[in-house]
Amino acid sequence: MAKINVNVDGVGHEEEVEPRLLLVHFLRDRLGKVGTPVGCDTGNCGACTISMNGKSVKSCSVLAVQADGAHLVTVEGLASNGDRHPLQKAFHEEHGLQCGYCTPGMLMAALDLLKENPDPAEEDIRAGLEGNLCRCTGYVNIVRAVQRAAREMAGERP
Amino acid sequence: MTVTPTPAEVRQSEVGRARRRKEDARLVTGQTRWTDNIQAPGLLHIAFLRSPMAHARITRVDVSAAREMPGVVAAFSGADFGAEQGSLPCAWPVTEDIVIPDHPPMATETVRYVGEAVACVVATDRYRAADALEAIEIDYEPLPPVLDLEKALDADSPLVHDAGNRAYTWTLSNGDVEAAFRDAPVVISRTFRQQRLIPAAMEPRAVVVTPLGDEYTVHTSTQIPHILRFLLASVTGVPEHRLRVIAPDVGGGFGSKLQCTAEEVLCLLAAKRLGRPVKWTESRSEGNLTVHHGRDQLQRVQIAAEADGRLRGMKIDLLADMGAYLMLVTPGIPLLGAFMYNGVYKMAAYDFRCTGVFTTKMPTDAYRGAGRPEATFAIERLMDELAAEIGVDPVEVRRRNWITHGEFPYDTVAGLTYDSGDYEAATEKALQLFGYDKLRAEQKDRRDRGDTVQLGIGISTYTEMCGLAPSRVLGQLGNASGGWEQADVRVLPTGKVEVATGATPHGQGHVTAWSQIAADALGVPFEDVSVVYGDTAVVPRGWDTYGSRSLAIGGVAVHLACEKVKEKARRVAAHLMEIDPGDLEYAEGAFRVRGAPAEQGRSIQELAAAVFNAHDMPEGIEPRLDSSATFDPANFSFPHGTHLCAVEVDTETGFTKIRSYVAVDDVGTVVNPLIVDGQVHGGIAQGIGQALYEEAVHDAEGNLLTTTLADYLVPSAADLPAFVTGRTETPATSNPLGVKGVGEAGTIASTPAVVNGIVDALRHLGVRDVQMPCTPERVWRAIGGAS
Ligand code: FES
Ligand code: FES
Repeated sequence: MAKINVNVDGVGHEEEVEPRLLLVHFLRDRLGKVGTPVGCDTGNCGACTISMNGKSVKSCSVLAVQADGAHLVTVEGLASNGDRHPLQKAFHEEHGLQCGYCTPGMLMAALDLLKENPDPAEEDIRAGLEGNLCRCTGYVNIVRAVQRAAREMAGERP
Repeated sequence: MTVTPTPAEVRQSEVGRARRRKEDARLVTGQTRWTDNIQAPGLLHIAFLRSPMAHARITRVDVSAAREMPGVVAAFSGADFGAEQGSLPCAWPVTEDIVIPDHPPMATETVRYVGEAVACVVATDRYRAADALEAIEIDYEPLPPVLDLEKALDADSPLVHDAGNRAYTWTLSNGDVEAAFRDAPVVISRTFRQQRLIPAAMEPRAVVVTPLGDEYTVHTSTQIPHILRFLLASVTGVPEHRLRVIAPDVGGGFGSKLQCTAEEVLCLLAAKRLGRPVKWTESRSEGNLTVHHGRDQLQRVQIAAEADGRLRGMKIDLLADMGAYLMLVTPGIPLLGAFMYNGVYKMAAYDFRCTGVFTTKMPTDAYRGAGRPEATFAIERLMDELAAEIGVDPVEVRRRNWITHGEFPYDTVAGLTYDSGDYEAATEKALQLFGYDKLRAEQKDRRDRGDTVQLGIGISTYTEMCGLAPSRVLGQLGNASGGWEQADVRVLPTGKVEVATGATPHGQGHVTAWSQIAADALGVPFEDVSVVYGDTAVVPRGWDTYGSRSLAIGGVAVHLACEKVKEKARRVAAHLMEIDPGDLEYAEGAFRVRGAPAEQGRSIQELAAAVFNAHDMPEGIEPRLDSSATFDPANFSFPHGTHLCAVEVDTETGFTKIRSYVAVDDVGTVVNPLIVDGQVHGGIAQGIGQALYEEAVHDAEGNLLTTTLADYLVPSAADLPAFVTGRTETPATSNPLGVKGVGEAGTIASTPAVVNGIVDALRHLGVRDVQMPCTPERVWRAIGGAS
């Protein structure tokens, strides 16, 4: 057992964990942060993507102990003061989700993408989200949603 | 479009509006109800030990050491469950003499595919359960695997089951096929391989069974909570009325969660034995192995035509890989295609034959389109080959053969009656959106230049039978299911409306679409309608969601239930207003005297309040402003459309890039264009996945090699272009809303469009076919082989 300190969506946690415990299972099973789902066991689907110290990571590919001292933001912490993040609004407006299982990971990956490139072209978005699989939408509306969010975040009319 | 409607907007028709989905708000903030989210006091986790062999006799299982491992509460072998585990059901015995082998949820004597459950451990957390699997001792005596569809039918093939490797042969014939082929000026014969696919819904399956006395609540990631309830009852003997099945949020299904799975049965049995809640969540690799697979057919197909390309007849000889057992509707899947090989075309003779074959692989069953993508692929590939053979444009050969707008309703050679359609209009629109002539000119230019990157244009003019289905027809086909759907509509005392639907969604957007239908029918605001579903205690009846049936059956039931509510409200209004019911009309959510101003009427909200307190009710009306309705259509519905795909094929590397894709679909009346487009987009992506990327691959021993998403290539955003969609709207005549269904259309149409495009790009190099998935290697070899 190892003791870790993590801040998740603004709340501090001090917990004893087994060294092998995956961060995503720590979030889901120990902290009840079930907004972040698991879609695979090989780091390929991106459903579990969260932000760790400002960078997007696949939380199934990180051990809980590696998150000691980290600031984590999950989809549950994306809205601020009750206002949904432009990405969340855009996914709704553009019908960028169907079953919604990939959505938390898509949102968190897109957040990182827009931080790196605030005005991405369609190809940039497609390449940037390559590590996040969606089986429902065919990605057309996900791409549109990211473009829409980018416009809103740049202060333009979405 | 504004999100919050003004009062003026409420009165415009809801059906047809691009309403943003009600489902989204919580899903984008992580407020979800996935089965794996469930935690409960005393919750135990189950892990399954799975066969590493495709075919073997189990000579010894000993779970005793596992029982001693830390955190382990119990461990079971198949023998421990004994007769209690029953046999997993097959509800579609397609012929009288079909072989339906016993299918124990946990193998006891013989394993017949890699991944079959052979033992399980129940422990206090998921890691401990997985650890303890390693302590189980099990010995196998290998038996020869049966992996090849054709060889499986050889007399000297090893047997999967004692009764033989042939499950059934089913035939359908009409007209004089021999005459159609005799002396035919043109005969095209091809063999197509529909490779085995893995549905790969993004949410892995999960099950939580919670006992309470002799009552069990089963949360499961399923498309079919209602069907599953009686299946679990019949398999396990737990009485139906002691079972409650809940499908909470379900992260995609595509047919793969239309099943009664071994794990659902075994979790129920374990919870029953232990008297504690039990949870199972599969890993992706476990899922790739053991969620039923799709497709896997060998198609020998032939068409006979006149010299000008007019079709005379068609012959289809299928081998369909059932896998090791017959699951819920395994044998019926090819039959859903049996009526569709003629596609949108006229011909006089038709002969279909399908043999279901057992192999030592995971069983196949429904996967998006289920039988119809295979049929559509075959006929649409053949039409392109026919066009090339007689030297006309592939659009023209289709024009010469399709059912024209004026010929509906049309009785097809396969025995269906297509009620409506307008293939000319859809095709015309698609050609324009696509810029067909310009792309043909570019293609010619690239050919003339000998460009290393060749352009190909693929076309697919498809139709499908969906809206499964008329109960009577299902019965005639030997399917044990009914095909009706049910809805309850309740106007609550405050005038808000609650719709309970038997069609259980798993991502489609039923809550939004049903709200639109009910808002229109009752004249109430969209926001005032809520929809409940997916829990047998809340919605006791239903046939659930698959086969593009929800809207065309379940949505229509909502409409009909609203009409019944209005009839009841009319009698109450007439009574209160002391007027004859026939003198009232319903408009803008209120009954009023014909022609009178709305203010003088009684609104549905007022009537709901009046019914609730029941102070002054007409004779014979119970104090509930609610109603239920079922709908069972007289016919299937027949969406159709034209898909065009432009591909660029690099002749040096074999790499295919989809340059543009246009889909014009006719799904009848559109309730929500946003949702329809979304369904089409997702369907096209899955069809492209089959054409270019996806295949379940086994080695010579029968091990699945594509167990991860690194090996099984679900397309990513980087693999796909933006799809252009358009529509024509020819209402269905088989239901009062004129809707047809859209869940499967994209998948059915797109696979042949892509492959036709690839062959078209390379035809001048001598290429006549490329086997799916058309990987760079296969394309490159096809070019090399042809020249
Ligand atoms: S669950 Fe983390 S990448 Fe799939
Ligand atoms: S919305 Fe279902 S997987 Fe993306």
